[in-house]
Amino acid sequence: MINVPSTIKIALRALRVNKMRSMLTMLGIIIGVGAVITMLAVGTGAQRRISEQISSIGSNLIIILPGSTTAGGVRMGAGTQPTLSLGDAEAIQKECPAVMHVGPVLNGVGQVVYGSQNWSTAVVGTTPAMLNVRDWGLSGGRPFTSDEVRSGAKVCLVGQTVVDNLFGSVNPIGQSIRIKKVPFTIIGILEPKGQSPNGQDQDDTIYVPVTTAQRQLFGTTFPGMVRIIMIKAKDAGQLYAAEKQITELLRQRHRIGPRQDNDFTVRNLTQTLQAAEQSSKVMTLLLGAIASVSLLVGGIGIMNIMLVSVTERTREIGIRMAVGARTWDIRLQFLIEALIMSLIGGIFGIIIGISGSELLSMFAGWPTIVSTLSVVSAFSFSGIVGIFFGFYPAYKASLLDPIEALRYE
Amino acid sequence: MALIAARDITKTYHLGDVEVNALRSVSANIERGEFLSIMGQSGSGKSTFMNILGCLDKPTAGSYMLDGMDIAKLDRDELADIRNRKIGFVFQGFNLLSRTSAIENVELPMLYNGMPAKERRLRAMEALKVVGLSGRENHYTNQLSGGQQQRVAIARAIVNQAPIIFADEPTGNLDTRTSAEVMELFVKLNAESNITIVLVTHEPDIAAYSKRVLRFLDGVIISDETKAL
Ligand SMILES: Nc1ncnc2c1ncn2[C@@H]1O[C@H](COP(=O)(O)OP(=O)(O)OP(=O)(O)O)[C@@H](O)[C@H]1O
Ligand SMILES: [Mg+2]
Repeated sequence: MINVPSTIKIALRALRVNKMRSMLTMLGIIIGVGAVITMLAVGTGAQRRISEQISSIGSNLIIILPGSTTAGGVRMGAGTQPTLSLGDAEAIQKECPAVMHVGPVLNGVGQVVYGSQNWSTAVVGTTPAMLNVRDWGLSGGRPFTSDEVRSGAKVCLVGQTVVDNLFGSVNPIGQSIRIKKVPFTIIGILEPKGQSPNGQDQDDTIYVPVTTAQRQLFGTTFPGMVRIIMIKAKDAGQLYAAEKQITELLRQRHRIGPRQDNDFTVRNLTQTLQAAEQSSKVMTLLLGAIASVSLLVGGIGIMNIMLVSVTERTREIGIRMAVGARTWDIRLQFLIEALIMSLIGGIFGIIIGISGSELLSMFAGWPTIVSTLSVVSAFSFSGIVGIFFGFYPAYKASLLDPIEALRYE
Repeated sequence: MALIAARDITKTYHLGDVEVNALRSVSANIERGEFLSIMGQSGSGKSTFMNILGCLDKPTAGSYMLDGMDIAKLDRDELADIRNRKIGFVFQGFNLLSRTSAIENVELPMLYNGMPAKERRLRAMEALKVVGLSGRENHYTNQLSGGQQQRVAIARAIVNQAPIIFADEPTGNLDTRTSAEVMELFVKLNAESNITIVLVTHEPDIAAYSKRVLRFLDGVIISDETKAL
């Protein structure tokens, strides 16, 4: 028959009497809850960004870079020396059964001019298969054909960002633009795709036939040179097989002896990103765990203050016992006091945590996501902390001897 | 059976190596409806005895039966319930909650027996009126005079309509007139509601209100006089 509303009133009054102390005690919980929510928001944001990037870049991707990753035990930068050619790309398409699409790339930055407008963008020389590799569709027009690649036609596909910057309201299809002073005809518009894994605007690009890029735009150090080759495997299960087949084929084609290192690097993009996703998950948990420690410290603060409070109020406890307060009346009074502090701290902590996350994404540019789950769990955790750390002081208070408590000065 | 039956109650305090025998084998029976005073020198064990009778303290030896219950066999919560329902206690030092209003102090015992808030308030107002503190309900107890505090303590003791009231020098801080009023109140409670009243006093005038007087000296009862009717 415990009178809960009255007990809450008593607890609230006790907290009000020691306003400053109660607030400082709550501060521990506020910081703890705020930190947990902010850290989880940062972690979840990073995780979400990586997953989005994985789906934006396309699935089951393998990328081949020139140069070796290890040479005689020394790590070399991949992509340093051009060793890949259009021939390699064609051979992979023909001879590797685990490979579905192959997109060779010879790219560079180029100044694009339309009328009086100009724009500097990433120009990518490639083949029509590239659109399949990247799971990239067109929002208008048509892709260039194999014939146009073979003949080195001056046609191009433009990304949405380029369209926005050069054309405004004009329909770009059929328009003529100059890329590095070479006139091209726009035949299609690439669908908007958003940011790439390293934060670049993927829509700020122009696709041209790879042969045109080689002959007219960038030149080559040897005939048929490409910078990288992107490959889409038949399915996720074939990624390893594809890697192996490609490596064997290229070693053969590049005449690399059994003791020699590769002069190219095969990288499984999907796997790399999935690993990044996995590690960002771990990071989220780690951040949350570290922040929880501060919540725990806040709980110890509550326990500390409650113990002081029990000692200070020994006489009050004695008086209550003398007029009939039972063990649980006293226990609940102090438990509720601790709980109120931790829950009020929790509410303010949530506010701080959410605004902290907002500020971080506003000023530091980190993507943050405050999930309902993190708010609910941080709040309940603060409640548990309050009960856990409030229990011992409450227990101690309830075991006082009435007459001794009354005599306490 | 007597309402209060104390047999060979002994209370010994140990202060370092020194033993203080506050009570040595005290026995007394108090019947329902009695009005009894306890007198004796300072330090003779009156408060110690009252605390034991009031179920606040436990004797070192001896047995105490209250209303047929062996107090030694009860646990903390059962004792708390007895203090709440059967006993109203006025402490020598008042023992009010400071920084708390008079009315909330008076409501305190009712907080622990599940009385609805409305009725609690009503009864507390009534009790404060009885002790002549109407209009001071919301004063903090530490803003009241000694006599007023004593009256709040009395209001708290009578508010629950407990069948026994123990009062340890309830008029110690009151002027003659107020003392008389408080004593009249006790007489009335005793006569009209058959409430058993046990009070400690040094003043013969106050003891004169009761029908029976116990005298303590050095932890023993040296006399037990009942007024001839
Ligand atoms: N907690 C205690 N520890 C040690 N000795 C105590 C304690 N309480 C009381 N005493 C001793 O027990 C004896 C009786 O004390 P008690 O308070 O019962 O006296 P009293 O008759 O009420 O005196 P007064 O009229 O001054 O109130 C005293 O000698 C006192 O010193
Ligand atoms: Mg005394």
